[in-house]
Amino acid sequence: MTKMKALACRECGKEYPTQAIHVCEMCFGPLEVKYNYDEIKQAISRRKIEDGPLSMWRYIDLLPVESALGPAIVGPHAGLTPMVRARNLGAFLGIDELYIKNDTVNHPTLSFKDRVVAVAVTRARELGFETVACASTGNLANSVAAHAAAASLQCYVFIPGDLEAAKVLGNLIYRPNVVEIEGNYDDVNRLCSEIAGEHRWAFVNINIRPYYAEGSKTLAFETIEQLGWRTPDQVVVPMASGSLLTKIWKGFNEMHKVGLVDAVRTKVNGAQAEGCSPIATAYKAGRDFFKPVKPKTIAKSLAIGNPADGYYALKTAAESGGAMDMVGDDEVVEGIKLLAQTEGIFAETAGGVTIGVLRKMVKQGIIKKSDVTVAYITGNGLKTQEAVIDAVGRPVRIQPSLVHFQQTFQMMDRKQGDA
Amino acid sequence: MIKVRIPTPLRPLTHGQGEVETQGINVAELIENLNAAHPGVKDRLCDENGDLRRFVNVYVNEEDIRFLKGKETALKDGDEVSFVPAIAGGG
Repeated sequence: MTKMKALACRECGKEYPTQAIHVCEMCFGPLEVKYNYDEIKQAISRRKIEDGPLSMWRYIDLLPVESALGPAIVGPHAGLTPMVRARNLGAFLGIDELYIKNDTVNHPTLSFKDRVVAVAVTRARELGFETVACASTGNLANSVAAHAAAASLQCYVFIPGDLEAAKVLGNLIYRPNVVEIEGNYDDVNRLCSEIAGEHRWAFVNINIRPYYAEGSKTLAFETIEQLGWRTPDQVVVPMASGSLLTKIWKGFNEMHKVGLVDAVRTKVNGAQAEGCSPIATAYKAGRDFFKPVKPKTIAKSLAIGNPADGYYALKTAAESGGAMDMVGDDEVVEGIKLLAQTEGIFAETAGGVTIGVLRKMVKQGIIKKSDVTVAYITGNGLKTQEAVIDAVGRPVRIQPSLVHFQQTFQMMDRKQGDA
Repeated sequence: MIKVRIPTPLRPLTHGQGEVETQGINVAELIENLNAAHPGVKDRLCDENGDLRRFVNVYVNEEDIRFLKGKETALKDGDEVSFVPAIAGGG
């Protein structure tokens, strides 16, 4: 099957072979995979997807790999995470039908990055690479390191010097080369772009980026299938580079293009943290371009001051009729706690950003009570414990004695009664 | 002299060299001089109005020129300039 036709520049349309390149030589525009949708439409069906593997690979017909299902696929268990009907949070916020797309339990490294990396590393192997690498704010590095170990590939991950402890450890355990850069993510990214020009490595989010980014579409595909083959009215998506948001929009539209849903009526909304909100700030100012910023936020996974897809994220909001907003670090912590205490889901800081912005958009009437709404929770709270450690209280410490317990418990009971 | 790092997409124009040396009092003049030595470079970096293309990032001594003075950012002997495709990265 020749589902991939070529890579094509999103700006000028110039076509290239489906190799490890990501930038148009003529205008520096991003290269994107061009598919043979007529052929895919013939091959794909709801039934075939439903009978497929219990992972994101059930949508392989719309993913940029040449391999068939089987041992050539790296990361065969990624995706198909729970779509949680969030009744408690919905009631609290005032939305009738709210869902949490819960990628905190993605396999194997507990973030949505397992989707993009599964595609990227599979493609890297198809293209004959022996070393995979990435520039990361944390989650991506964890995922690349894990997949490289499983695929027996050499691995280099590049991270900023101020990451959360669990995200650093979550690299080291797989024994890749972990390179900590004295600088922020934008410094890491710039350096990696230069390194990528000098080494024949598969940098998943640089020279493999046209394939890698497509993995995010599976969040949209799963959303449609898990909602019973319909698109939601509203989605809220956290933004770092802006790629996830644009690919979720693309995923909805591809499902329509190949005939699996009748219509796409989804408003795609973007969420950022105030300390790093170049895209949301541009949206609010009505600009179609962003100004880069120096990030300063606890939402480190979203701390990209110079977002590669910022321009396209703004376009996506405009095309879909969505909005963008930002919340401060206190609201991020509140968002994490709210999601945990209403739905029993412990999200990382990016999830706090998403819930904070969701809450704001409901208050402002941008998201209405009757809107079928999906919030994308993309990473696990156990990886960003530093953000909430001072905001969750302490355990009650007692002697191993029944009397002591009863006394303490009665005291607590009285306290609660007072309150 | 000013050291200029050339990204992969432009290397066909620099005989494959990843690094070249040139001069210029600011980034705009440096691009003109690069173009004189390697014809075609300017068309790739700048649009028809002469503005830097949307997807080109320029760094002077590792700092993005949008935090400095853009194309008017002054250069001096020994500075290093990098042209880097903006499309990269994410998480």
